[in-house]
Amino acid sequence: MIKRLKKLSNSIKFLLVMIVVYLVGGLFNLEYIVSVSVNLWKNVVEIVPILAFVFFMLFIINLVINPEKIKRHLGHDSGFKGWIYASLGSIFISGPPYVLFPILAELKKHGMKDSLIATFMNNRNVQLPYLPVMIFYFGVPFTIIVSAYILIFAVINGMIIGEVMDKSII
Amino acid sequence: MRSAFLKTIQNIKMSIPIVIAVLMLVNLINPLIQKYYPQIFTGNYFIDPFLGAVAGTVSFGIPIASYITGGELLEEGVSLIAVTAFIISWSTVYFIILPLEISFLGKRFAIWRNALNFVSSIVIAILTIITLKLFV
Repeated sequence: MIKRLKKLSNSIKFLLVMIVVYLVGGLFNLEYIVSVSVNLWKNVVEIVPILAFVFFMLFIINLVINPEKIKRHLGHDSGFKGWIYASLGSIFISGPPYVLFPILAELKKHGMKDSLIATFMNNRNVQLPYLPVMIFYFGVPFTIIVSAYILIFAVINGMIIGEVMDKSII
Repeated sequence: MRSAFLKTIQNIKMSIPIVIAVLMLVNLINPLIQKYYPQIFTGNYFIDPFLGAVAGTVSFGIPIASYITGGELLEEGVSLIAVTAFIISWSTVYFIILPLEISFLGKRFAIWRNALNFVSSIVIAILTIITLKLFV
């Protein structure tokens, strides 16, 4: 039994741990765990279409994009164009980070620069589907100003991370 | 085609359990933290953005959820500077899923990216409020 558990991947182990936490939590506060589980189910249902899209994108990436193309547009020789692609991608490609990680890891394997991956991830607020909601709660002037700063800092932080990763500083 | 398909299947096999486990963790922790928000933010102009960034860091979810929570906090009297830091760090600093980011993109990358974004969320909040006061 223990040998079988050891053979499991880390992702399965993590899931098993969470299931055990829920089961144990249910023994102490069943009402809370039931309410949390209802929300969890809603979240899972919400992300199914996003995950389907993500996996479709992964398939397309694996099928169409080859290391040469990535190196040219988002790799070490991509130059200014690479920053533009990463910034635009961060605005147009929405979705929670945990579903985007596999795509980014795949692009990294194909040669995408760390600085551009960071730039993409540093902007998760300025995204077309979410902007109307931000405007609704905070108004147009706030949305314009904060969006501009977020995009600028996404690139600045991306550049810093690029330097750090290149020079292996930590 | 077959190779691309097999690679994608591998991705799915690795991603699905992690995604569900992360959602389980987030749903378990978030309700416990969120009820303390009104007590955390006191209205202090300097400490609030820092606290906002900390609260956003330990929270997690899609940006819309942070806007809704941020809107509610504003109605409860929390300063805009704190809410700004809160919504930015919510979406860019992933403390709860840091192990996940590390597993996909590497330890050094994940730690530096999260640390920089934490500091940036405070700086952006301050700059945004200053700019709003200057021009609007």
